Amino acid sequence: MVAIEVENLTKEFNGFVAVDHISFSIESGEAFGLLGPNGAGKTTTMSMLSTMLKPTSGRASVHDFDILKEQDDVRKSIGIVFQDQSLDEELTAYENMDFHGRLYRIPKNLREKKINELLKLVELEDKKDNLVKTYSGGMRRRLEIARGLLHEPRVLFLDEPTLGLDPQTRNHLWSYIDRLNKEKGITIILTTHYMEEADKLCDRIAIIDKGKIIALDTSEKLKESIGGDVIEIMSSDRDKIHSVIKAFSWVKHVDVHNGSVTINLQNAEKHVAEIVNVAYDNGIEIESISIHKPTLEDVFLYYTGRTMREEEASSKDRMRMMHKPQRR
Amino acid sequence: MDIVYTIWLRNVKRYLRSKSRIIGSLGMPTFFLLVLGFGLNSVVSLPGMSHGYIGFIIPGIISMSVLFTSIFSGIQIIWDKQFGFLKETLVAPVSRIEIMLGQTVGGATTALIQGIIILVISLFLGLRISSIPGFALAIIFMTLIGLSFTAFGIAFASRMEDMHGFQLIMNFVVFPIFGLSGALFPIDSLPSWLRSLTMLDPLTYGVEGIRYGLLGTSQIDPVLSFVVLSGFTIFMVVLGAYLFRKIST
Ligand SMILES: Nc1ncnc2c1ncn2[C@@H]1O[C@H](COP(=O)(O)OP(=O)(O)OP(=O)(O)O)[C@@H](O)[C@H]1O
Ligand SMILES: [Mg+2]
Repeated sequence: MVAIEVENLTKEFNGFVAVDHISFSIESGEAFGLLGPNGAGKTTTMSMLSTMLKPTSGRASVHDFDILKEQDDVRKSIGIVFQDQSLDEELTAYENMDFHGRLYRIPKNLREKKINELLKLVELEDKKDNLVKTYSGGMRRRLEIARGLLHEPRVLFLDEPTLGLDPQTRNHLWSYIDRLNKEKGITIILTTHYMEEADKLCDRIAIIDKGKIIALDTSEKLKESIGGDVIEIMSSDRDKIHSVIKAFSWVKHVDVHNGSVTINLQNAEKHVAEIVNVAYDNGIEIESISIHKPTLEDVFLYYTGRTMREEEASSKDRMRMMHKPQRR
Repeated sequence: MDIVYTIWLRNVKRYLRSKSRIIGSLGMPTFFLLVLGFGLNSVVSLPGMSHGYIGFIIPGIISMSVLFTSIFSGIQIIWDKQFGFLKETLVAPVSRIEIMLGQTVGGATTALIQGIIILVISLFLGLRISSIPGFALAIIFMTLIGLSFTAFGIAFASRMEDMHGFQLIMNFVVFPIFGLSGALFPIDSLPSWLRSLTMLDPLTYGVEGIRYGLLGTSQIDPVLSFVVLSGFTIFMVVLGAYLFRKIST
């Protein structure tokens, strides 16, 4: 059964195309990831799918309910954890949950039972009567996830669920999200710019950049698709290396980016010596050379010519800080 | 109804929890009552002021308190927007109208509580409540002011991106509405051009209605006051609901 169907979905903001004709479909029970750098259009996509933003063109449906024509049905079937905090800090955790339960018209008895159950699950039961403004970032995130589950949605949207959390809390949330997906069969669509998160949680990953989906498959297949191995060379003569290396027939793809040259190829061990020799012959100095199996980072680099980390370091991050004074 | 109640409940909880806000917002009205009331009590004596100047401005100050609190409650939606909480409400399968009505009733309730606190303070300053129906009438007028101006605040908030417009509204809308309302002076004593401006101010009818309820005399027929203020309330709620429908996060 199809949980989410997206066809040529597009969003423009005053002529700027934030999401550009994306199409994909998600099976019921699947964990699907949208992986991409800042500004790729992940949140915009989530906003359209959750009926919070009107698409410029294209269509999409959640459990066969059209996101434009059957908004109420879509809203009933989804739970969402927004990228930015959306709790009332002046209320307690329990009151935030209770407010949500009432909005979704869950009868009193069931509501109380479920709230306590979920607060226990995210380990906040002994702090449930504390005001949310006294909570840490991780506790808030867990509370938001618990709240998103209160009305038992069949599809859960998680927009950067572990952004800004420490590794321990992140691991904790990961195993929790994984359980929801595997044990309860909840369809999950999550956005992230952490490779590891996508790798660990998602059955399939769509790599999104500048509003377009540039690759979509399971993590293994994405990695296979770019060649079996990756060689990374650190050198100050990057452009020169690039020009001599790309002539070899066994090189599938070469990229030069700040700091290193990345080569995609099969059977890297066999060709390392050759690379070193040709560099030596051309008088190129190599600082270091390493071989690894492709990661999603390499996949991103392969398809876009940039690394996600370079993207992160760009001005977007600073803009984000300015735009979000509410994250405290 | 459940949804309206839910939103109302949140507003009232937040209000009752913010002790500093409650006390802080009592400061200005109390100051007005004491300084204007006692300061001018023996100096100012105009027709229609059989209760002294302090008796005369008590309904005005109560209206002021209700006005400020309700506009402020309506505008709070902007905070909800900035703190992200509005999304939580908007993504739920409930109609925008229910959310807006809940917010309106919630804001009016807090405004009414605020007005009643001023009323109680006024009792210590010499206000005598002589008739229960009169008191009830004053409460009804306070409620109408609360409803209409919370809706007014929501209408504004639905159109504003952030708090920058707030100062603008305070200076060009709220203060004129208060200043022109006849809260501090008798309408009859005004020059005619100013008088017609006063008659265009919806708050005038609220002040006069409360005045009739508490003092038993007013310069505008209470029936007229009630009709005008009710009409204004309905208009503002409809307008607020219409604009809120189009709010984006
Ligand atoms: N309301 C808006 N008005 C104008 N431009 C917008 C608006 N919302 C988003 N954008 C732009 O659309 C692009 C995509 O934004 P979006 O928030 O979807 O990115 P994202 O992939 O979620 O990034 P991040 O990882 O930073 O959350 C960005 O360039 C952003 O500036
Ligand atoms: Mg985002």
